[in-house]
Amino acid sequence: MMEPIYLDHAATTPTHPEVIDRMVSVYREAFGNPSSVHSFGRKARRLVDEAREAIARSIGASPKEIVFTSGGTESDNMAIIGAAYAKKEQGRHIITTKVEHHAVLNTCRALEKQGFTVTYLDVDRAGRVDVEALRRALRDDTILVTIMYGNNEVGTLQPIAAIAELLKGRDVLFHTDAVQAFGTEAIDVRTLGVDLLSMTAHKINGPKGIGFLYVREGVRLVPYQHGGEQERKRRAGTHNVPGIVGLQKALEIADAEREQRVRHYRALRDVLLSTLEERGVRFAVNGDPDGGLAHIVNLFFPGTNVETLLTALDLSGVAVSSGSACTAGSVDPSHVLTAMFGAESEEAKSSIRVSFGLYNTEEQVKKAANIIAETVGRMVSGA
Amino acid sequence: MIYLDNSATTKPYPEVLDTYKTVAEEYFANPSSLHKLGGRAEALLNKCRAQAARLLNVKEQEIIFTSGGTEGNNTAIKGVAFGYRQRGKHMITTKVEHPASRAAFEQLEALGYDVTYLDVDREGRISVDDVKRALRDDTILVSVIHVNNELGTIQPVEEIGNLLKERPKTLFHVDHVQGFTKVPLDFYEAGIDLCTISGHKIHGPRGTGILFIREGVQLSPLLAGGGQEHGLRSGTENLPAIAAFVRAMRMTTERARTGIAALDKLSKRIRQALEELPGVTVNTPKQGAAPHILNATVHGLRAEVFIHALEEEGIYISTKSACSSKESEASAVLLACGIPEEAARQAVRISLSFENTPEEIERFLQTFARKLSELKNAME
Ligand SMILES: Cc1ncc(COP(=O)(O)O)c(C=O)c1O
Ligand SMILES: Cc1ncc(COP(=O)(O)O)c(C=O)c1O
Repeated sequence: MMEPIYLDHAATTPTHPEVIDRMVSVYREAFGNPSSVHSFGRKARRLVDEAREAIARSIGASPKEIVFTSGGTESDNMAIIGAAYAKKEQGRHIITTKVEHHAVLNTCRALEKQGFTVTYLDVDRAGRVDVEALRRALRDDTILVTIMYGNNEVGTLQPIAAIAELLKGRDVLFHTDAVQAFGTEAIDVRTLGVDLLSMTAHKINGPKGIGFLYVREGVRLVPYQHGGEQERKRRAGTHNVPGIVGLQKALEIADAEREQRVRHYRALRDVLLSTLEERGVRFAVNGDPDGGLAHIVNLFFPGTNVETLLTALDLSGVAVSSGSACTAGSVDPSHVLTAMFGAESEEAKSSIRVSFGLYNTEEQVKKAANIIAETVGRMVSGA
Repeated sequence: MIYLDNSATTKPYPEVLDTYKTVAEEYFANPSSLHKLGGRAEALLNKCRAQAARLLNVKEQEIIFTSGGTEGNNTAIKGVAFGYRQRGKHMITTKVEHPASRAAFEQLEALGYDVTYLDVDREGRISVDDVKRALRDDTILVSVIHVNNELGTIQPVEEIGNLLKERPKTLFHVDHVQGFTKVPLDFYEAGIDLCTISGHKIHGPRGTGILFIREGVQLSPLLAGGGQEHGLRSGTENLPAIAAFVRAMRMTTERARTGIAALDKLSKRIRQALEELPGVTVNTPKQGAAPHILNATVHGLRAEVFIHALEEEGIYISTKSACSSKESEASAVLLACGIPEEAARQAVRISLSFENTPEEIERFLQTFARKLSELKNAME
């Protein structure tokens, strides 16, 4: 059986070989605990410091504003719970959107059970929030706004800089989940004007189990993982030095190749869409017509059933997804598409997500597009 | 190089790194993805879980993979606190816990929980009678470190577990991070409800760990999100590291068969040699301590000075626990044992792994004695 064509890079990406090599050499040569006082510890500490500096430089932050975590979920939890509890005397109102990742949504739901109030903003049919609606939702007791940078299902970019502008001068913290945006978007926390920003390495060909939270200087969070004094007491736990160095390496490669990757993914997208058109498949692109994240294309195929479609594509060697968090093999209707089109909409039941990555070629995508066209054609004609 | 700081962290086995690499390359997909590649990753994750369960002699569904010991302890302690707050707000622990537990309890105190910190005797051990006396109707958790990371003292967890078996409303958590593979512990027999293990202390990769959660225990999760790990630990699974960790579990468990006796010999040898040296006191108790940790006070010398002197000879030992060795304060654990402040400041920790050889230990001991007399002479 042939290797499937992997078009699910928004779920996770293969680790870059140079990243793996770098990590293995760190494990061999600098396995010490950075908190140990001897030279092994110091060597490991130096690697962590260097990585922190390089990462900070990449996003326009200062090194002490970077807190290493075990990934995007932890970064989101740390930001939201940490901010909520740090500011709970000031107020208990939080604003987010209906299209966030579950790492944000479920954290907000957990906080609702703990006495916080959460407003979930609607989005338009492109998946965008309205800055005016956000302005109206703001209250005197609003302490935190958390809105993602780019959506993991449809790729829509949110107006982060405009939101930051709106929040300027108010005593409200602004967090953005930028997990999907790294790799294709140039991120500068100063021009964005955010207080908190989440990242995970495994979406940009880095290792799993490592990420960071940018915490603007002066922002106080209540730490949720207590213990040793690592990360200036903001995140206890022995440093994952190889992971941290792997994250640094992946980010360096991604930064160097960003424009090239974006061009490549746009070309792949063109191949995908034009092939489907040539084959006469009826489809629509879900998301922002003015362009979103370059690696994500969400496609609506009227008359299909997403579950059957995914299974059939998988059997034919095309690995794509429905975009929704899938557990125990069931596909819930996507909360993102539901927010965009309504719960009873066709789009929520008949759409798939294609997401490109480093090793995809135009031939692969063309082949995958043809398989999708055939599969959809079969399903629509009822054959 | 002679590395004797294995309680801080260990060097991963080459085979462990091979596994990491292979899995990162061949099973990179997200186990939650529904396609074949995701299915393949999920199957491997299940296999890892089954193997880990077998090695720990528990059920597969009783294991969650975490990012390490700190997360394990935090998840267990706060998970019980928040999950069982209806039942009560009293918890019992000891004065000699690792910061990963202690700090979690301090946070809970700030949130209105009532925590009893049990005293220890001169050997660093709590008494089961004290546990019994501290128990109340509203006690929801007893949390105890199995092997102390600074002293090596073993706590009577089996007895405590037995005591608690008659109190189904009080859960029992054990921090087994230092004990795992060195001091055997049967979770079921010992009546343990929650047990923390960390990968990097047993030649596994960083950022890995296991929390054992006995069937029926309902924790409130620390991380909300995609619902991975039975909803108890959201976040994309770090499969390459998990597979490498389970391989390390397998290898160290295998090594332990003969390794524990060998370690025991080594540590007896170190103890005997150090006790012969003038001005050196061994703080680790003779009985009831783990075979891989030896804490000793070198009177009249600041621990840092002595450690750096040994380091010049390629020998690596440490002060107290790595997480706090940057602080100039004396070890809270040693102080809790009634060791005077001065002696606590002058304490060093030697911690072994199954990989240390008798030859290394002899060289270490010779160097130790030589450096000690050099430094003492220089001071006179
Ligand atoms: C937008 C977004 N946020 C957060 C996460 C969670 O990241 P991680 O899997 O590293 O915990 C993901 C991916 O799973 C994501 O796409
Ligand atoms: C007894 C004990 N518990 C918990 C931990 C924390 O484990 P980790 O470093 O994996 O977070 C350590 C080690 O640092 C330890 O020695």
